Amino acid sequence: MSASAVHSLWTTAAPIEKIDAPTIEYAQLLPTLIVIGAAVVGIGVEAFVGRKARYYVQMFVTVVALVAAFAAVIGLAAGGHASTEAQIVAMGAIAVDGPALFLQGTILLTGLVAVFTFAERRLDPQAHGNQVDSFTAQAASVPGSDGEKAAIKAGFTTTEVFPLALFAIGGMLVFPAANDLLTLFIALEVFSLPLYLLCALARRKRLMSQESAVKYFLLGAFSSAFLLFGIALVYGYAGTVSYAGIADVVDGTVQNIDPALADTMGNDALLLVGGAMLLMGLLFKVGAVPFHMWTPDVYQGAPTPVTGFMAAATKVAAFGALLRLLYVVLPGLRWDWRPVMWGVAIVTMLLGAIVAITQTDIKRLLAYSSIAHAGFILAGVIAATPDGISSVLFYLGAYSFVTVGAFAVVTLVRDAGGEATHLSKWAGLGRRSPLVAAVFAVFLLAFAGIPLTSGFSGKFAVFKAAAEGGAGALVVIGVISSAIAAFFYIRVIVLMFFSEPKPEGPTVAVPSPLTMTAIGVGVAVTLVLGVAPQYFLDLAGQAGVFVR
Amino acid sequence: MENLIALLVAAPLLGAAVLLCGGRRLDRSGHWIGTLLAVASFAVGVLLFADMLGKDAEHRALHQSLFSWIPVEGFQADVAFQLDQLSMTFVLLITGVGSLIHVYSIGYMEHDERRRRFFGYLNLFLAAMLLLVIADNYLLLYVGWEGVGLASYLLIGFWQHKPSAATAAKKAFLVNRVGDMGLSIAIMLMFTTFGTFAFGPVLESTGETSEGMLTAIGLLLLLAACGKSAQVPLQSWLGDAMEGPTPVSALIHAATMVTAGVYLITRSGAIFNAAPDAQLAVVIVGAVTLLFGAIVGCAKDDIKKALAGSTMSQIGYMILAAGLGPIGYAFAIMHLVTHGFFKAGLFLGAGSVMHGMNDEVDMRKYGGLRKYMPVTFVTFGLGYLAIIGFPGLSGFWSKDKIIEAAFAYDDGIRGWIFGGVALLGAGITAFYMTRVMIMTFFGEKRWQPDESGNEPHPHESPKSMTIPMIVLAFGSVFAGGLFSLNESFVKWLEPVTQFEHPHPVISVPAITASTVVVLLLGAALAYVMYGRKPVPVTAPRGSLLTRAARRDLLQDDLNHVVLVRGGEHLTRSLVYVDHTMVDGVVNGTAAGFGGLSGRMRKMQNGFARSYAVSMFGGTAILIAATLLMRAV
Repeated sequence: MSASAVHSLWTTAAPIEKIDAPTIEYAQLLPTLIVIGAAVVGIGVEAFVGRKARYYVQMFVTVVALVAAFAAVIGLAAGGHASTEAQIVAMGAIAVDGPALFLQGTILLTGLVAVFTFAERRLDPQAHGNQVDSFTAQAASVPGSDGEKAAIKAGFTTTEVFPLALFAIGGMLVFPAANDLLTLFIALEVFSLPLYLLCALARRKRLMSQESAVKYFLLGAFSSAFLLFGIALVYGYAGTVSYAGIADVVDGTVQNIDPALADTMGNDALLLVGGAMLLMGLLFKVGAVPFHMWTPDVYQGAPTPVTGFMAAATKVAAFGALLRLLYVVLPGLRWDWRPVMWGVAIVTMLLGAIVAITQTDIKRLLAYSSIAHAGFILAGVIAATPDGISSVLFYLGAYSFVTVGAFAVVTLVRDAGGEATHLSKWAGLGRRSPLVAAVFAVFLLAFAGIPLTSGFSGKFAVFKAAAEGGAGALVVIGVISSAIAAFFYIRVIVLMFFSEPKPEGPTVAVPSPLTMTAIGVGVAVTLVLGVAPQYFLDLAGQAGVFVR
Repeated sequence: MENLIALLVAAPLLGAAVLLCGGRRLDRSGHWIGTLLAVASFAVGVLLFADMLGKDAEHRALHQSLFSWIPVEGFQADVAFQLDQLSMTFVLLITGVGSLIHVYSIGYMEHDERRRRFFGYLNLFLAAMLLLVIADNYLLLYVGWEGVGLASYLLIGFWQHKPSAATAAKKAFLVNRVGDMGLSIAIMLMFTTFGTFAFGPVLESTGETSEGMLTAIGLLLLLAACGKSAQVPLQSWLGDAMEGPTPVSALIHAATMVTAGVYLITRSGAIFNAAPDAQLAVVIVGAVTLLFGAIVGCAKDDIKKALAGSTMSQIGYMILAAGLGPIGYAFAIMHLVTHGFFKAGLFLGAGSVMHGMNDEVDMRKYGGLRKYMPVTFVTFGLGYLAIIGFPGLSGFWSKDKIIEAAFAYDDGIRGWIFGGVALLGAGITAFYMTRVMIMTFFGEKRWQPDESGNEPHPHESPKSMTIPMIVLAFGSVFAGGLFSLNESFVKWLEPVTQFEHPHPVISVPAITASTVVVLLLGAALAYVMYGRKPVPVTAPRGSLLTRAARRDLLQDDLNHVVLVRGGEHLTRSLVYVDHTMVDGVVNGTAAGFGGLSGRMRKMQNGFARSYAVSMFGGTAILIAATLLMRAV
């Protein structure tokens, strides 16, 4: 067959329709573009900048990018994109609206604070005259091998963590703004893959760190598969992956049915099964029971700054995506998903609170605490009212700063083996380092939801929304769980302040201004949102409308 | 003129604030500041009184509204004052006697290093007591009521280094709480019944309210009065309250605070008039207490405790009169005022004696003091004659009227009973007061050196102490006669308390005559028992009644058996319930969750495969549940 014949086959088989070039609203996508762009620049820096200067250049690029992206978010919000000008951009792939901008702002600020803890280099003792951070000298070297020793001696550092963090943040920015299922999936992968890597990069206890990364990767891949399968089923049901399109089919307002999909379209079984799988993929990311089991292991194994970042920012992004999915795509299915989510919220709150009681490691304790908090936030999600949305937004903002701050404090308490995370070593910390212990007590009280901390304002907001949304029983269980959870938070405070210090207890390292900033911001936000939450509640209230 | 009313309270309140916050730099001038402000308050009172006299009887009441205290929808409480004839009487008594006692305390407390604080407390008391009597609503009255309770507590326990004083203060406070509870519940009932606390609306609308509710409120008010005025069954604190410095006993525990119960009942007259059952209870309480206090007074060797018994008994008379309704209110208040004079004078006299006797209070160690302290002797003696109701002196005029009114309770047996009790009380009063008089001022001198060898050197007290005593003695002699002249006191109070002439079951001259006979009998009996033969320095064993009376007629034993033991049993059983059941549930819950936690964490076994299974199972359940929701 000649070349021309082939050509004619192509042309006859598929009459060419004109393909429009996609229109991209670059201005509205600016925050994401800045962050992803900076990440790409970071890769260049790894390749071209000398080893000694890399740390500083990377930090500069990262901080500038995050600040600029945050400024862009503020600019968009000020330009009315959070309310009147809210719109769907990038050919229907991404929504720029109130919740998206609120969550992006939160993620960027949390990310900025977390990056400060990434950059901390004064906590570990110097190795061969070089300042070291929490990350391994050379990720590729086998733990305990000669190669590793050589890398340490050479003063290598893993400055790749900065571009990795930027990629993760970039994915997280898209995740709650994603307006079709494929964008959702891609955003998920874009932020998950760097996180898997980051988890494996701990300087100490490297085997544990790598184990946690592998577990996270395996289970994450498993859940991604479910999510993807769910997307396929929902596509089969709706014939589109766009949120608005699916919602139209669910509501039964769609006009023309694609003949190729006539067999499956409108088949509710596909929708329900697919929807459940979509939910599962997102519930995995927020750490809801029974998809939570990766959380304690990964939180414990990952480098603590990464844990703080992940616990705060991932949760914000994933809850944002969950909210959009439930409120934009599936509102017509409210009577189907609400009872199921009730069940998930209840077991998540209870299991998180109960299992935390017997934890002996502070990082695992905080992991279970984060599971319980996921349950509390789910209570607000279930409210299915505008108040529910804004209360969840507020809670996420409040919770993320407490989390980053708390994990930053964990990095300070150290003994010869690095961070002293076993609770028994925290006994009497209040005597030895009253300030650090007091700051940590503030964070614990915020986790427990004691008034005058942001934890109380947030919990009150979500429980109020849930009760008004008709989920009174859920609130009762939430309060009971809070009471159970209060036990182990207060127990740590009691341990710190009312126990005798152990003779060979850990010391509290004096951090650089970087970690101090992270902790200071955490305390400030915790107290401001606790004492005068109204402005931020109003802000979240104004941001609480999804564009469709 | 009404704008001056707040000054009455403001002056002593300012004094209290300055003295209590001023610190040591006021140690040398504090007592002058306190006295000055008390006198200033008295001056304002006199000014207002003069103004009031210039108006005709129906337009004398003044009203001042200061500010809205608790402005809530459906709940209005104002800080507002009402100064009518009844309040005016109290204001003059409180500030007048109060000022005198301030002056007296300058000398009496001269050697006490905490004198400034003492005057601060005294001023605080004056402020609270004035607030109590000029409040125009029950809620503000309650503030004053609690305020005087606080001041009383602080002053009884002023010498807190003495365990007995600290205990006595605590006892007074606790017993008063019982009464205060009555008042607070009464105020709550008033609010639910009338929707307001103000005297005017409450007292005017008693006609539209059920008698049952009024009886309940009346009984609760009586409970409050019993606490504050040391009436049976809440009388036990007054004897112990004598642990406080003597000026305190004179001012608070004789002349003013303990009469607050009489004020409360008189002020709430409209409620009691409409609730005869509550009135009967008031009369019974008064009658029982007047005998109770008198009997206790007969057996006490401690001069202040004897006088305390007498106070209890005399307030019993007032309560009795107040329970008689419009035939008694005016006489209750009249006796209250005359009693304020002579009892304060008697206490100051007792303080003067103690001052000269190294703070000895046991009358068996006095004797023959009239030669050493002539001024004290004469003033105390006039007070004595006044209290026993010697014809012509203050007590005669007021007490005789109460006895008359008691005989007029009704035409039948009750009139005889209550009249008889009041008459009997007069006889016992004459007996125990004569006993006090003889043991203190007559007979042989019985004092001895104490353990450290200091023999008392009885001497007359300084001018600052004797002058108030002399002033009070004048009141003791003339006040009653002055008030009774042309029935001026009754007419003065009539617009507030109403007045009806009593119609006793026997004729008035017969009552007066028998009163005089009874008091002569009592005095003569005391003379025979204590004047004719030497008084033993150690008390004889005495009869069963004497021994019981020495123990305050077993009031503390009764309280101990009934209340303390009962309370202990109750708390013990509550503690048992708390430990076994409440703690059991709590600890059991905690242990349950702990065990659950331990079991559940085993699921977290560290194997990624198990986690994957959990996720798979979870997804399956999620899908199944979603489909199930659609199916049902």
